Amino acid sequence: MTVETQKTAASEKAAGKKGVGADGERRLNMIDAINDALDIMLDRDPNVVVMGEDVGYFGGVFRCTAGLQEKHGKTRVFDTPISECGIIGVAVGMGAYGLRPVPEIQFADYIYPGLDQLISEAARLRYRSAAEYIAPMTVRSPFGGGIFGGQTHSQSPEAIFSHVSGLKTVIPSNPYDAKGLLIASIEDNDPVIFFEPKRIYNGPFNGYYDKPVEPWKKHAQSIVPEGHYRVELGKARKVTEGDELTVLAYGTMVHVAEAVCAAKGVNAEILDLRTIVPLDIEAIEASVKKTGRCLIVHEATRTSGFGAELSALVTERCFYHLEAAVERVTGFDTPYPHSLEWAYFPGPVRIGEAIDKILSE
Amino acid sequence: MTDGPTETEARSGSEDMPLRSLQNAHDESPRYYASDDELLEFYRQMLLIRRFEEKAGQLYGLGLIGGFCHLYIGQEAVAIGLQSALDNDKDSVITGYRDHGHMLAYGIDPNVIMAELTGRQAGISKGKGGSMHMFSTEHKFYGGHGIVGAQVALGGGLALAHQYREDGGICLAYFGDGAANQGQVYETFNMASLWKLPIVFVVENNQYAMGTSTARSSAETEFYKRGTAFRIPGMDVNGMDVLEVRNAAEIALAHVRGGNGPVLMELNTYRYRGHSMSDPAKYRTRDEVQGQREHNDPIEKAKKELIERGRSEDDLRAIDKEIRARVAEAADFAESSPEPEPSELHTDVLVGTY
Ligand SMILES: Cc1ncc(C[n+]2csc(CCOP(=O)(O)OP(=O)(O)O)c2C)c(N)n1
Ligand SMILES: [Mg+2]
Repeated sequence: MTVETQKTAASEKAAGKKGVGADGERRLNMIDAINDALDIMLDRDPNVVVMGEDVGYFGGVFRCTAGLQEKHGKTRVFDTPISECGIIGVAVGMGAYGLRPVPEIQFADYIYPGLDQLISEAARLRYRSAAEYIAPMTVRSPFGGGIFGGQTHSQSPEAIFSHVSGLKTVIPSNPYDAKGLLIASIEDNDPVIFFEPKRIYNGPFNGYYDKPVEPWKKHAQSIVPEGHYRVELGKARKVTEGDELTVLAYGTMVHVAEAVCAAKGVNAEILDLRTIVPLDIEAIEASVKKTGRCLIVHEATRTSGFGAELSALVTERCFYHLEAAVERVTGFDTPYPHSLEWAYFPGPVRIGEAIDKILSE
Repeated sequence: MTDGPTETEARSGSEDMPLRSLQNAHDESPRYYASDDELLEFYRQMLLIRRFEEKAGQLYGLGLIGGFCHLYIGQEAVAIGLQSALDNDKDSVITGYRDHGHMLAYGIDPNVIMAELTGRQAGISKGKGGSMHMFSTEHKFYGGHGIVGAQVALGGGLALAHQYREDGGICLAYFGDGAANQGQVYETFNMASLWKLPIVFVVENNQYAMGTSTARSSAETEFYKRGTAFRIPGMDVNGMDVLEVRNAAEIALAHVRGGNGPVLMELNTYRYRGHSMSDPAKYRTRDEVQGQREHNDPIEKAKKELIERGRSEDDLRAIDKEIRARVAEAADFAESSPEPEPSELHTDVLVGTY
C-alpha cells in the first residue's frame, strides 16, 4: 500500500467509515470490493454502463450492485428482462459503438443462452473487422459451487471460454484482486468474462465445510485501498513461496489448496492464476522448474477442463525438470449434484491424497 | 406435420377475431360448473399444495432442504384448475423450477416429492434433481427445469411428438411472466403456430420475476397478447379462482384438441412468499401481499363457496387436519430416508459409465 492510500484509510477511520478496522486499514468483503470497482468506473468513465437482471432497483441478488442505481441513475445502471442472449448481444453492439458495458449474468449457469453472442460476435468482432470495431465489455458472473445450488447454480464453465479465441477470462480469489482485476477488465479493450467465485463472496471458504468460515476481514487480501487501482490481467499471484511442489489454482480453490498445504505442513508454492486467458505462463514455468512437481486444482469437471491445458503446458515447458507426473484434482465428470455436495467438491481429502502421491514419487 | 396457414388464412385481415374467439367464449360464461364433490376435491388438492409448501418452508428453515426452493403458495388454483382438465393418460405437462404444486396436482405421493427436496435416495428423482428438477414418466410430467424459459421450447417438442405419434395428447407448457422475455419462447411460438402443434402455453403471471415487477421488465405486460404476432389466440384468465381457470382450460383444450394449433393463456395470479427462500422481498409492500391474501385467496374462495353450498366448517376443518397429518408424514419420510450412495454421483450421466 502506498502512503497516500494509507492516509485515506486513516481519514476514513476518523470519519468512522464502513470497513475500516482498528488498524486503520479499509477491509472489504468481495461483494463490497466489486461494488467499489463498479462505482469508481461509473464515476471515471461516462461510457461505463452496468446492466443485468435485478442489478438496478434491487441491487443484485448477491448485492454487488447495491446502491449504484441510486447514485449513478437509471441510464447508467439498469435492469434488464430475463433475456441473456439479448443482454449479451446488446452489450456487444454498445461496445462496438464505443460504450463500455458491464453486463451481469446472474449465475454463470445462465450464460449459455448468450453463448452465441459471446462466441460468434463478441469474441470475433475485432478479428472480423481487422480491429476497426471491438467489444470492450466485461461480463460479470458469479460461478462455482459449495452453496448447495445443484446443477443449475454451481457450475464452473471457465474452460468453455478459454477455449474460444478472442475472449479473456478472469477469476479473482480475494477482495483486493477482485477490485483491481475488475477495474482492469472494464478498462480492457477486449471482451472479458469475469467469474466471481460466489462461495467466497463473504469469506475465504477453505474446503473444511464442517468448520466455520472466517470473515474476510481477518484475511490480508481484504485490505482494499480506496480509489482507482489496477491488477494487471495475465499476472499470477504467489500466495505462498515454497520449494516442495507448485500448486496452480484460481478462485475458491486457492484457499482450499492453501489450507490443505498448511495442514499437512507442505512447503508448497501456490500460484493464484487470477486470469486464465491471458495466462502467466512465465510464473508457472519458473515455479515448476524450481519445485519439479506440479498439482493443478479446479472445481470444474475434469475432461477438457482448464487443468488439462495447464498440464499440457507444464509438460511441454518443464518436462526435464519434473520429478513426478503432473496431478490434477478436479470436479468429477458429472453434472453438479444436489445431494452429496461434499463428496463431489474437490476438497481437502482429495487434494491431500494428490499431494501425498506427488511427493512420494 | 401439418402445413402452415393457407394464403387466405395468412391474409385474413388485420381484424383478428379468431385470435379473440376463445377469450370471448370464456368471458360469456367464465366459471366452470363443478359438482359439490368436484369442488371439494379441488379444495382438497389446493389445500394439500398449500400445506405441503408451508412444511417445505419450515424444513428449509431447519436446514433440511438446501439450496434453492421456490414455493407455489398463492398460485394453487392455476395448477389444479388446468391439470384437472387434462386427460392424464395422454397429455404431457412441463414447467419451470416452481414445480412442487404441479407434481402434487397429479396426486403423486407427497413423500417422494418431499424426499426429493431433502435430496434423499427415495426422492422422485433419487435426490438428483432437488426442488427445481422433478419428473414423473408415469404421469407424463416432463419437469421441473431450472433454466428460465428453456422448458417452453421443450414443450414445443413434446407437442410435436404428440402430433407425430397421432396419440391425441396435448402438451401444457407453463412459464412465468419473467420467462416470457426469453427469446426461445418466441421461436417456439412461431414453430408451434406454423405447424399447428397441440400445445397450450401457460404464462403464470404472478406479477414478479424475482425482484422485478412486470412493468419494469416487459414492454407488453398483457402476456396473452404476445402470441398475436404468431397468430396464436390468447386468453386472459383470473388465476385466483379455480373454477375460472378450469373453465378457460376446457375452452383452450377443445381448441387445441381440434387440431387448430396452440393457445396462449395468461393466468393472473400472485405468489405470497418470496421468490425463493432467500428473498428479502423489498420490492413490494406488505400491504400488497396482505391485500392479495385477504381478498383474493383461491383456497378461501373455494372454502366460502363450499360453505355456501352446505358443507360444514367442521367437515372442512377435518379435511385440513387430515392434510396436515399427510404432510407431516411426508416430512418425516423425507427426514428419515437415507442420502444417496456416493456411487450415485456417477450414474445417469450417460448410458454407460466411462
Ligand atoms: C436463464 C436463466 N436466467 C436467470 C435465472 C434466474 N432466475 C430464476 S427464477 C427468475 C425469475 C423468473 O420469474 P418468472 O418467470 O416470473 O417466474 P416466477 O419465479 O415468478 O414463478 C430468475 C431471474 C435462471 N434460472 N435462468
Ligand atoms: Mg413471475
